[in-house]
Amino acid sequence: MAQTPKPEELAKIEHSPPLMEGWMDRPVEIREGFYCYGAKGKNLAAVGMPNPRDWNPADEDWKLPEDWKEIVLDGFKDRLDRFRSFKLFMDICVRCGACADKCHFFIGSGDPKNMPVLRAELFRSVYRKRFTTAGKLFGKLAGARDLEYNVLKEWWYYLYQCTECRRCSLFCPYGIDTAEITIIGRELTNLLGLNTDWIQAPVANCYRTGNHLGIQPHAYKDMIDFFVDEIEEVTGVRVNPSFNRKGAEILFITPSGDVFADPGTYTAMGYLMLFHYLESMGLDITWSTYASEGGNFGFFTSHEMAKRLNAKMYAEAKRLGVKWILGGECGHMWRVVHQYMDTFNGPPDFLEEPVSPITGTKFENAKGTKMVHITEFTADLIKHNKLKLDPSRNDNLVLTYHDSCNTARGMGIFEEPRYVIKNVCNNFYEMPSGTIREQTFCCGSGAGLNAGENMELRMRGGLPRANAVQHVHEKHGVNMMACICAIDRAALTTLMEYWVPEVQICGVHELVGNALILDGEKDRTTDLRGEPLPGMEDMEEEEDV
Amino acid sequence: MYDGGKIIVGLIIGLGLLLSPFLYNAGKATKAPEPQLTPKAKEAKVCVANTNFMTTKHMQLLDRWRDEVVREGKRYYKSPEGKVYYKSLQVTCLRCHSNKTKFCDECHNYMGVEPFCWECHIAPKEKE
Amino acid sequence: MNFIISILFSGIVVSVLVLIPWVGVAAFDLRFLFGVVVPYLAMAVFFIGMVARVIGWGRSPVPFRIPTTAGQQFSLPWIKYSKIESPKGNGGVIIRMLFEVLLFRSLFRNTRLEYRRLANGPKLDYEWEKWLWLAALMFHYSFLVIFLRHFRFFMEPIPGFVHILEKLDGFLQLGVLPVSGLNVPSVFLTDMLLMLALTYLFLRRIYIPQTRYISLPADYFPLFLILALGLTGILMRYFIRVDITAVKTLALGLFTFKPTVPEGIGVIFFIHLFLISMLIAYFPFSKLVHMAGVFLSPTRNLANNSRMKRHINPWDYPVKVHTYEEYEEEFRELMIQAGLPVEKQPEKVEEQSEETGEKE
Repeated sequence: MAQTPKPEELAKIEHSPPLMEGWMDRPVEIREGFYCYGAKGKNLAAVGMPNPRDWNPADEDWKLPEDWKEIVLDGFKDRLDRFRSFKLFMDICVRCGACADKCHFFIGSGDPKNMPVLRAELFRSVYRKRFTTAGKLFGKLAGARDLEYNVLKEWWYYLYQCTECRRCSLFCPYGIDTAEITIIGRELTNLLGLNTDWIQAPVANCYRTGNHLGIQPHAYKDMIDFFVDEIEEVTGVRVNPSFNRKGAEILFITPSGDVFADPGTYTAMGYLMLFHYLESMGLDITWSTYASEGGNFGFFTSHEMAKRLNAKMYAEAKRLGVKWILGGECGHMWRVVHQYMDTFNGPPDFLEEPVSPITGTKFENAKGTKMVHITEFTADLIKHNKLKLDPSRNDNLVLTYHDSCNTARGMGIFEEPRYVIKNVCNNFYEMPSGTIREQTFCCGSGAGLNAGENMELRMRGGLPRANAVQHVHEKHGVNMMACICAIDRAALTTLMEYWVPEVQICGVHELVGNALILDGEKDRTTDLRGEPLPGMEDMEEEEDV
Repeated sequence: MYDGGKIIVGLIIGLGLLLSPFLYNAGKATKAPEPQLTPKAKEAKVCVANTNFMTTKHMQLLDRWRDEVVREGKRYYKSPEGKVYYKSLQVTCLRCHSNKTKFCDECHNYMGVEPFCWECHIAPKEKE
Repeated sequence: MNFIISILFSGIVVSVLVLIPWVGVAAFDLRFLFGVVVPYLAMAVFFIGMVARVIGWGRSPVPFRIPTTAGQQFSLPWIKYSKIESPKGNGGVIIRMLFEVLLFRSLFRNTRLEYRRLANGPKLDYEWEKWLWLAALMFHYSFLVIFLRHFRFFMEPIPGFVHILEKLDGFLQLGVLPVSGLNVPSVFLTDMLLMLALTYLFLRRIYIPQTRYISLPADYFPLFLILALGLTGILMRYFIRVDITAVKTLALGLFTFKPTVPEGIGVIFFIHLFLISMLIAYFPFSKLVHMAGVFLSPTRNLANNSRMKRHINPWDYPVKVHTYEEYEEEFRELMIQAGLPVEKQPEKVEEQSEETGEKE
C-alpha cells in the first residue's frame, strides 16, 4: 500500500493545469494511493458478472476479452438508447467551467481530469468519434478520439475517482449530472469485469448473506445482542429487539456498517433504545437478517445490480407481512430508496401507506414507496412531544452537521435531521453556507471508494469537508460532527483523524440515544461510547482509583 | 418514461416561434416601397449627394447637419460637386421633397423607422 | 492540441467563412447563391437537424426519476419545503424550469474556489462569482433582442413588439461618439452588450486556467462566429451602410417563398447573411443544441416526488435475485440455533451444523 503523504505535503495542490498542453495528449498514469484493487474473480463469478478473473490495475495487461472494444461500444450505444440523461449529457455541455472547481476531488487533487467537465469529456471524446458525424470526419479538431486500451484505463481510473455526489450537477446550467455519467461509465467497465474489489466483494456478500459485510444471520443477531448488553451497561435497561418476526407492523432496515464498526454501532444502539422506548406506546417493529443491508453497492456497479440487491427489501417486507418499512441513517441507500426503489422493484401494493403508530402522522411523502426515513419518523415524534429527552447529556459535545451528498441532492432531507439534533443537543453550529445543505461537500469516500489502498485520494477528496469542519472547530470549538450516512461515519472518522483530529463523528440517533430518558433507567454516568457524561468526569476518576 | 407528448408540444411551440416569419407573411402580398419624387425634385436631378449615398446614409447626414447647425452654428454645406447648400431640413430638403407621405414615409413605414425629425420640425402640408 | 492551436484553427475557419461570400459576391457576383440558396439550405439544415436532435433525445426514455434536489423535500406538514428547488409537483417543476431557462438559476449559484496555504494548513474559501452568470445572461438576452429586432426585416407589416423593443433598446439616443459624422440617431444597447459579453466570455475562457484547459475549437468557433456576425451587423448599421429597404425585400422574398435579390445591396450584407446561415446550420451539430436540450434535462424537469408517485421504467426487465428461500436453505440450521424463526423446519437436526457455522 502506498504511503499517504502528510497533510502539509498533501496540501501542496496546484489547481492550474499545464499551459500549453492539450488534455488528450497526456496519457493516464495509474497512481498508487488513488485506485482500489481490482475485483477478484470469485466475487465477480458469485453474482454472474462477465469476465471473472483476478486482475491488477497496476499491471499492463488487464486480462480483457479479445473483443473488449466491441463490447464497450455496443454497451455505450445501448445505454445511449436507454438513458436520456446519458445521451443528452453527451451533447449539450458548453464547457463553461462552472463545475470545474465544485468537485471535491479536483479541489483536493488539482488533477484536471477530476474536473467534472473533463471527467465527462473522457467519454464525450469517444462518443464524438464513434457516434457523431463531425467527430468521425474531423477527429481531434472536433474533440474526438477513439477508444484505445489506454483510454479505457483512463476511464476506469477516473470513474473510480468520482463519488457520484452530484455537487457538479447543482451548479451546471443544464443540470448535467456527472453521477449519471459515472454510474453508466461504471456499467461499461463492468461489462469487462473491471470492478474494484472494494465494491465487488460487498456486492457478492450482500447477494448471498443479505449484507455487504457478509454477516451471517446468527452472527448478525449476536452483534445486535452485544449492543443490547452495552445498552444495559450504560442505562440499566435491557432492550429486546426481534428478528425476522412475521406479523410485525414495521420492518426496520439499516446499513450493516452500523452493526459492524464504530462509531456506527452507537447509532445502532440509538435505534434500539428508541424502539424500546416506543414499544410500550405501540411500536411493533422487527429487524431482518435477510434484508440486513440498507446500503447498496450494486448501485456503484450497475443499475441491474442495484435492482438485484434492492429487491430484498420489498421481498422481505412481503414475506413478513409488515405494513411499511422504516429506514436507518444511510446516504446512498436513501438515494436508491427515494429515487429508484419503487421503479426497480415496486409497486409495493402489499404494503400500506406509512402511518406513525405513535403519533398517527401519515407520511404522505412516502405513500408510494412506503418507506420512511428514520429522521422523518423521529422528528415527528419530537414535534408531538412523544419523547422524554435530556439534551444536557450531550453537553460535552459541540456539534456540527454534515449533509450527506446523496440525501442532500438526491432526496432533499435537510430540516428533519437538524430538528432532531437541535432537540437532543444544546450546542450546534452550522458550517459555512457554501459547504452545507444542497451545496454540501462529499466525505470523499462515497460510491464505493472507502477502501484503504486509495487513502491518498480519500484524504484529498475529503479536504473541502475537513476544511469546513476545521473552520467551525476553530471558531466555535466544534468537537463532534453528526451525519446520517454509514459510509460517512466510517470515512469521516478517518478523514478527521487526518485533517482535524480533535473532531469525532456520530450518527444523529446516537445523540438521540444519549438524550432519551428510558423508563426505569439508572442514573447514567457515561454516554453510549462509555465516555463520562458532563459533570460525571470526577466520578469516573473516583472509580478508577 | 418518454413524455413524448410534452416533447412534441414543446417542439411545435419552439418551431412555431422560429418559423413565425413564414407563417406571418403567408398569403400576404408585400410590395417594395417606391418613394416618389416631386416634379421639382425630378427637375433638380441631383440632391446634396448621389442617390446611393442618400438612400443608405441620409439619416447620418441629417444627424450631422443638426449637430453642426445647432451646436456649432455652421450653416453651409458644400457638396462633392462643389455646390453650396443651406443646412436646413425645412428650407432645403423639404423644398424639393415636399411629399412626406410618398417620399419619406414610404420607406420609413416599410422599415418601421420613426425618425424624430418631426418632434421639432413641422411636417410639410401636402396637397392631394 | 493546446489552446493556441484551438484558437488559431477556429479563427481561420471564421476568416474563411467571411471570405467566401466576400469573394463570391464581390468577384463572382453570386448574389442569388449567397442571398437565397445558402440561407434556404441553412434553414433546412437547422430545422431538420433540430427536430431530429430533439426526437433523438426523446426516443431515449428517462428510466428513473432523478431530479437534483436543491432544497428541502416535501415531508412533514410543519416543515417548510422548497417548492421551486425541490418541487413536489408539476407546478413547481414548471417554475423551476422557468427560473433555469429565463434566469439561469443554477449558474447564479456559481462560486469561485480560493485556495490558500497558511501556516496552520490549507484554507478553502468559496468566493462570490456572478460574472459568468451576468455575462451569459447579457449575451443570451442581447442576442434574443437583436434577433427579435430583426423581425422588422422578416415581417410586413411590422408587428408592434418590434417597435417596443427598438424603443427600449435605443432609448439612450446615443450617437457613436466621438466618431462624429458616422453617427445614427440611436445606438442599440444590445449591440454593444452582445459584443462586450462575447469578448468577456472569450477572455474568460483563455484567462482562467481550467476553462483554457477544457476548451475545444468547438468552444472558440461559435464565439468567433457570433463576434464576426455582430461585427458585420454593427458595421452595417453604423458605418458601411447598405440599402436596407432592398435588404428587407430580399428577406421578405425568402420568408414568402418568392425569393428575389434586389440590385445594389452591399457585399457586407452578404457576409452577414452568410455568417448567420453558417451559425444556424452549425447549430444542430454542436453544443449550441443546449438551447433545446436544457428543457429535457432529467435532473431539472422532474418533480421530487419519487416516494409518492411511482416512476415507470419502460425497459425494466426481471433480474436474478437471491430469494429468501435460497438464503434460508443455506443458513437454516444456524438460524435455528440462534433462535431465529425459519419458514421450513429441517427434517432432521444434525449435530454437526455448529461446525459449519463457525467457519466464516
